[in-house]
Amino acid sequence: MEIIKHDTNINFGGMIKPAGILSFVAVLLSIGILIVQGGPRYGIDFVGGSLVQVRFNSPVTPDQIRSAMAQVDGGGGASVQRFGDEHGSEFLINIPASGSAVSLEALVDSISAKFNDTFGADGFEVRRTEMVGPKVGRELRQKGMLAVLLSLAGMLVYIWFRFELRFGVGAIVALAHDVAITLGALAVTGAAIDLPVIAALLTVVGYSVNDTIIVCDRIRENRRLMTRQPLAEIVNTSINQTLSRTILTSGTTLLAVVTLYFLGGAVIHDFAFALLVGFTVGTYSSIFIASPLLIVWENLAARRTGRPALKGRAA
Amino acid sequence: MTKELKWKAALIGLVLVATCVCLLPTFVSVPLWWPHALKERTIALGLDLQGGIHLLLEVDSGKAVENAVERYASELEELLFEAGIPFDHVSKTSPTMLQAQIVDAGKQEAFEGLIGRRFGNMSVAAPKKLDDGSLLYSLTIQKEEAAYIARMAVDQAIETIRNRTDEFGVSEPVIQKQGEDMILVQLPGLKDPQRAIKVIGKTAILEFKLVDDENSVDKALKGDVPADRQVLYQRQVNPSTGVVSQIPFLLHSRTLLTGDRLSNAQVRIDSRYNDPYVSIEFDSRGAQIFERITRTNVKKRLAIVLDDNVYSAPVIQERIAGGQAQITGSFSMEEARDLAIVLRSGSLPAPVSVVEKRQVGPSLGRDSIERGVRATLLGGLLVIVFMCVYYRFAGIAAAVALTLNILLLMAALAAFRATLTLPGIAGIALTIGMAVDANVLIYERIREELRLGKTARAAVGAGYAKALSSILDSNLTTLLSAVFLFQFGTGPVKGFAVTLSIGILASLFTALFVTRFIFDYALSRWRMQTLSI
Repeated sequence: MEIIKHDTNINFGGMIKPAGILSFVAVLLSIGILIVQGGPRYGIDFVGGSLVQVRFNSPVTPDQIRSAMAQVDGGGGASVQRFGDEHGSEFLINIPASGSAVSLEALVDSISAKFNDTFGADGFEVRRTEMVGPKVGRELRQKGMLAVLLSLAGMLVYIWFRFELRFGVGAIVALAHDVAITLGALAVTGAAIDLPVIAALLTVVGYSVNDTIIVCDRIRENRRLMTRQPLAEIVNTSINQTLSRTILTSGTTLLAVVTLYFLGGAVIHDFAFALLVGFTVGTYSSIFIASPLLIVWENLAARRTGRPALKGRAA
Repeated sequence: MTKELKWKAALIGLVLVATCVCLLPTFVSVPLWWPHALKERTIALGLDLQGGIHLLLEVDSGKAVENAVERYASELEELLFEAGIPFDHVSKTSPTMLQAQIVDAGKQEAFEGLIGRRFGNMSVAAPKKLDDGSLLYSLTIQKEEAAYIARMAVDQAIETIRNRTDEFGVSEPVIQKQGEDMILVQLPGLKDPQRAIKVIGKTAILEFKLVDDENSVDKALKGDVPADRQVLYQRQVNPSTGVVSQIPFLLHSRTLLTGDRLSNAQVRIDSRYNDPYVSIEFDSRGAQIFERITRTNVKKRLAIVLDDNVYSAPVIQERIAGGQAQITGSFSMEEARDLAIVLRSGSLPAPVSVVEKRQVGPSLGRDSIERGVRATLLGGLLVIVFMCVYYRFAGIAAAVALTLNILLLMAALAAFRATLTLPGIAGIALTIGMAVDANVLIYERIREELRLGKTARAAVGAGYAKALSSILDSNLTTLLSAVFLFQFGTGPVKGFAVTLSIGILASLFTALFVTRFIFDYALSRWRMQTLSI
């Protein structure tokens, strides 16, 4: 069985312009959404605050919870969200650390007490509470950003070491593109950036580089075989030769992620969503952006030095 | 079978047996002859899967330094008395500094000698001569000493918290230092987490102070507090109305005896009213001090103060020898038991505050496992079906490798006692999707070689050889990002990094070695001429 015919020869190098424009617009939109929102929407992991996950035994509307929360000292700024099932009676209550005098810890206690009064002691179950102090949140945010940046740098160094710097530059541009669009998609759905989401971003980085490296490997190999063809052709041939593999592996990985997204439960919903978007964009970018950028880079270098574009040579 | 193939078969068989030996204790109770080292090694579930609390406590180590400076001040006072050096006052002027005013300038040498001998960890500046001829000294605690006290405070707090959790009967608690002044506490599967947090975080400084009945409390409350006196409150709950009231007490600031001198604390029941109280016992030095206090202060009231709250202030009827006392108050049984626990385990050297708390109820944990496992199984099944349909015989080989991969991954989790978390389960699901990548790379290469007209055997050989470098490169980068993840992550995220890393390593073995064996076996045993791929 074959999904991608083995003699497929799509001119990916020639599509760099439309692909570039598409990606540029997508990245711009993502950044725009983030700016309009006033930066990424961080979860309590990164800004501090409290989170209470409650399940009610009888149907309760978010407004009922909101009005109960309004009577809790310091609970005014809470956001109430239905969690999991569309019609279930499980809710997520988010209370940002807004410098109120009430300590976050005491707040969770008083919420339980208030719910006891309003809904009855047997009417609800607190399934999860989280409290992150602002200082810890700041630390986690810095560490998270550092981890993402370091892993990008690590990838660059790895590719530089194993291949060449210009391969690495294309890969990093593609990675930054993947991360930006994933963040944009998260912003659109209103998902908060928390620790698992950062974990998903890091995984996306690793995975996307994966795809790029497979193509780079093939380019390196083909340069030894196709010594007379221009680089553009070599790159294009390499992308086509690995296309079937790229599609298949993305397919099986997405299969696993999609089942996680639909069946894995609400707790890892955002995590699975970030992976879903990241992997999809990552596959696209390694085909249409990362490797074709090599050709652009070569052409620019050729124009600057006045020499003809490089041809294949023994690496 | 050739000799080489036999060796490979033996190796794979060995790995399979080792996998089962590691994995079985997690799922069934194993017989006695099972390898001893592995019997206890089961897959440990993270807090997010079995329920429990994760706490990050910050030790106010600056307060520990401040306490030490305060202690030095009273020590210095006593030593000056003993040495006969007249002084106006010794007092703490900042958290790291104290001030001493020596009345007689002629005692300068004696004073400085005393400081040099007994307070080597304080630095002394040249004294300021005051108009009345007295000398004003400033003593600052040295940086190294302050750092040492702060470090000790954290270590001692860890010790105390460990004692308290042990008393509480938590199975497998994690208590470790994090960073400079933080303590990570993880308590799996607790019935009443709020109570545990209260017990763990209680400073529990027990002090005995005399009540000042000569001066008026009301005057003190209006701001006219006499020297060396303080106002502390007793919290009382009216049992019938539930109204909480605060009763003020005017106390002598000086602490006569502290909880450091306790040797035991037990809950007892009052035979008359059936009220629980805490009976405390002093060690021999504490008993002596207690006897002296009670002997010299008969008919006065002695306040029992815990963390600046007055618990009771009974009148001393007579001298009490034997070193036994009672702390009464309107306790519930549970409160009395918790108080006994904190008194037995000693006080925290400095107050701690909860800076991070994550708590998962057992029902959510169960749900998470159920859903995570279901999603992973279905994902695995879909991938296997896809591989078998797409690559036929070669797909079956990949499916076998994938199954072995997951078994290996779980066996490694058990053998290393790694913790499985919900993101960790997601990591397994992801491994399933990614592990077939190596097989896809190889199979696509074999197909290419076959199209070039190579024989089945040659195509398999070339396919594996040519795909190797890509496979290694791509797996290494994923491993690299998993390492970054592990470095930065907390509990659940770390679990994800762990399963992802082990999954990648295991897939190198199964996808490269095991599938190759299946191909070679099929080619030589069944004399397969064409490949079903």
